[in-house]
Amino acid sequence: MTSPLQQKIKITGPSMVTANRTSDGVVIYRTAKQGWSASLSDAAIVRTSDEARALLAEANADDVGAVGAYIAPVELKDGGEIKPGNLRERIRSKGLTIDLLPA
Amino acid sequence: MYAYDELDRTLINERVSEFRDQVKRRLSGELTEDEFKMLRLQNGVYLQLHAYMFRVAIPYGTLSSKQLRRLAHVARRYDRGYGHFTTRQNIQFNWIKLSELPDALAELAEVGIHAMQTSGNNMRNVTSDQWAGVAPGEVEDPRIWSEILRQHTTLHPEFSFLPRKFKIAITASEHDRAAIKVHDIGLRLHKNADGETGFEVLVGGGLGRTPFIAKTIKPYVAGRDILSYVEAILRVYNQYGRRDNIYKARIKILVHELGIEKFAREVEEEWKQMGHGALTLDHSVVEEVRSRFSYPPYEKLPHMPDELKQAAHDPLFERWRKNSVAPHKVQGYSIVTLSLKPVGGPPGDATADQMDAVADLADRYSFGEIRVGHEQNLALPHVAKRDLPQLWKALDRIGLATPNVNLVTDIIACPGLDYCSLANARSIPIAQELTRRFANHDTAEMIGRLHINISGCINACGHHHVGHIGILGVEKNGEEFYQITIGGRADENAQMGALIGPAVPYAEVADVIEDIVEAYLALRDRPEELFVDTVKRLGVEPFKERVYATR
Amino acid sequence: MPLVKNGRITTDLFVHVADGAELPGDGDILISAERFLADPDILSRRPGKTGVVWPNNRAVDDLVPYLERLAAVALVFPTFRDGRAYSQARLLRERHGYDGELRATGQVLRDQFVFMSRAGFDAFEVKKDADADAFAETMKRYSVFYQPTGDGRLTALNRRMQLRHSESAGQ
Repeated sequence: MTSPLQQKIKITGPSMVTANRTSDGVVIYRTAKQGWSASLSDAAIVRTSDEARALLAEANADDVGAVGAYIAPVELKDGGEIKPGNLRERIRSKGLTIDLLPA
Repeated sequence: MYAYDELDRTLINERVSEFRDQVKRRLSGELTEDEFKMLRLQNGVYLQLHAYMFRVAIPYGTLSSKQLRRLAHVARRYDRGYGHFTTRQNIQFNWIKLSELPDALAELAEVGIHAMQTSGNNMRNVTSDQWAGVAPGEVEDPRIWSEILRQHTTLHPEFSFLPRKFKIAITASEHDRAAIKVHDIGLRLHKNADGETGFEVLVGGGLGRTPFIAKTIKPYVAGRDILSYVEAILRVYNQYGRRDNIYKARIKILVHELGIEKFAREVEEEWKQMGHGALTLDHSVVEEVRSRFSYPPYEKLPHMPDELKQAAHDPLFERWRKNSVAPHKVQGYSIVTLSLKPVGGPPGDATADQMDAVADLADRYSFGEIRVGHEQNLALPHVAKRDLPQLWKALDRIGLATPNVNLVTDIIACPGLDYCSLANARSIPIAQELTRRFANHDTAEMIGRLHINISGCINACGHHHVGHIGILGVEKNGEEFYQITIGGRADENAQMGALIGPAVPYAEVADVIEDIVEAYLALRDRPEELFVDTVKRLGVEPFKERVYATR
Repeated sequence: MPLVKNGRITTDLFVHVADGAELPGDGDILISAERFLADPDILSRRPGKTGVVWPNNRAVDDLVPYLERLAAVALVFPTFRDGRAYSQARLLRERHGYDGELRATGQVLRDQFVFMSRAGFDAFEVKKDADADAFAETMKRYSVFYQPTGDGRLTALNRRMQLRHSESAGQ
């Protein structure tokens, strides 16, 4: 869970590009259609470092729409389902791991 | 309370207008994120994992009931119905929309609340003792000086782009509740031999990846000279602080690299050249600020009212009173701490409903005043002792009477990986599990005063270095691990904790902490010896043996 | 890059001359600190005015002997996040009494105009045209100032004390 700020572009497995939406901060994923989606299932999947670099560059070009784009790992399930590849992305995708109220 | 005048209100409103314009330009693309980032940070807006986080200042920890109600309103209207009180007398909202932020700010400005300089490389919210003005034996109310410094540091034209953030804390009591020794500048009010009020000035303290205890740079600076002296420190720092490496940019590194003597000489030289200029605080100026602090019309009340004598028969009331109620400088009154650390809850969180309810209770029992402390609890600073039993019942109904203040479950924790984009590991669920493990009040009482502080990364927002037990989240091969230190403390005898051994995985943290506490119970030489004193007497070794023998 | 001076967009009469480049025979020039310190006589040798671009990591003390004869001092903001030149500006104005043109160069953006003006800058090489156009408007953002600097603006404290005196005088 190294901070993406220090991330070098070198991927070791299937990855996606994610960011937060500028207007409201919502977690978004770069799609294969040069857009953004709030759903991880819409994320464009890259498999090589060159592809990752290209997808990130394209995402970064949208400075108005998105903030802080970075590459993050995913797990691909049989049947093509996309799952977050680490705890940080699981939390970003599924929300808090904690109870907000005492229990 | 400090009453804002027209000028203070105007400035806050002008800041809101400026920020509204900046947000507009960002959303239209006129400002790039690279340009906007520092502008939003200077107004307390971070980007976290799920959304923007909005940090609002509570200068020197003082709030009116009206202000607290407005914070509740913001939580409800612009966020998800709760807020998080931090270790630096701020409140954070976790789900604010950038496009709505200017409106939220405008609503806060109406009651004199702002978010100026709650982030960014500038002078942050000036913090103080949450018992300021009510603690017995205080030299004088440190909030007068905190407010003078707050004004002076707000939108400072020379020091708004420092090498790194800069935090000032002030205390006026012998027992330091403001953690001044882990601040960039720590100020301790005291009187000199002639009975004049002045400050011991400490510099270069801080936590983070390179923790330092602050060193005394000048044992006595007269009150009238404090602004010029602080300005001299800042000018030296602004010019010579490192800007080549973000991890070496804090003043503590400059002080460390130059040595305190050389740094002090540089400051002294600069200070001399500044002379007695516009920054000198004449008596009348200090009195002008002092005159805008109001104090409640206390009644003449008995030290031990009948209501308290009767309630003393209720053991539940007594155990709450013992841990939550502290002596007040005025006879017949008490300071009451409201624990924001319920068993199983996220430390420092309060719901909008709780905030509203506390505001009502403050109106009824505390002259409309609330305090916020760095331990992430609230306090009602002027409660008549006769009202304690009723207040306790009311607090219990809203979940704020957990009798654990200063006990093992009164945990300080940062938001950690559940919220924070810098975090390596989670903090809150560790805290929640620990509060469940130590939920038995008799056990907690038997353990006595024990501060557990948890940070989810090396930046140390959870002050882990200075916890009696410190827990630091790190990452190893994609898994959450935790380093554990013991023997730290944040008060007038501040020191960093010592590492007890290799980091342990998430699932084992609570077991390890239980082992440490059991070791302490076996090792202490009498029940009154506090955990931190046992560690001081015996060192880390016996604890280490105990914890790692079976692992 | 538009120059804002005395609150208005104006023609820049100074020419930035790079270190290796030949000096123009006449006209006003801005040269680097290094070039200037190696040859301070330039002040009397050329017909035009001379200004110096002073780096933000060198104490302004070295410039003090020449201040009376310099027509401009340009201080540098390599990025707007590097605030060293604010201290240099205040020292030049408030400690050393410099009253010539004090110019902000580098990443000079709208949202720092007020800070720069308060620190003593009176000329701005503004990065973006839109920011230069908005200069006058931006300078009106604030009417309340807490810190005394050499810019002549009354501080909140000054105003409060005045109010206090006028109130007590009226009693």
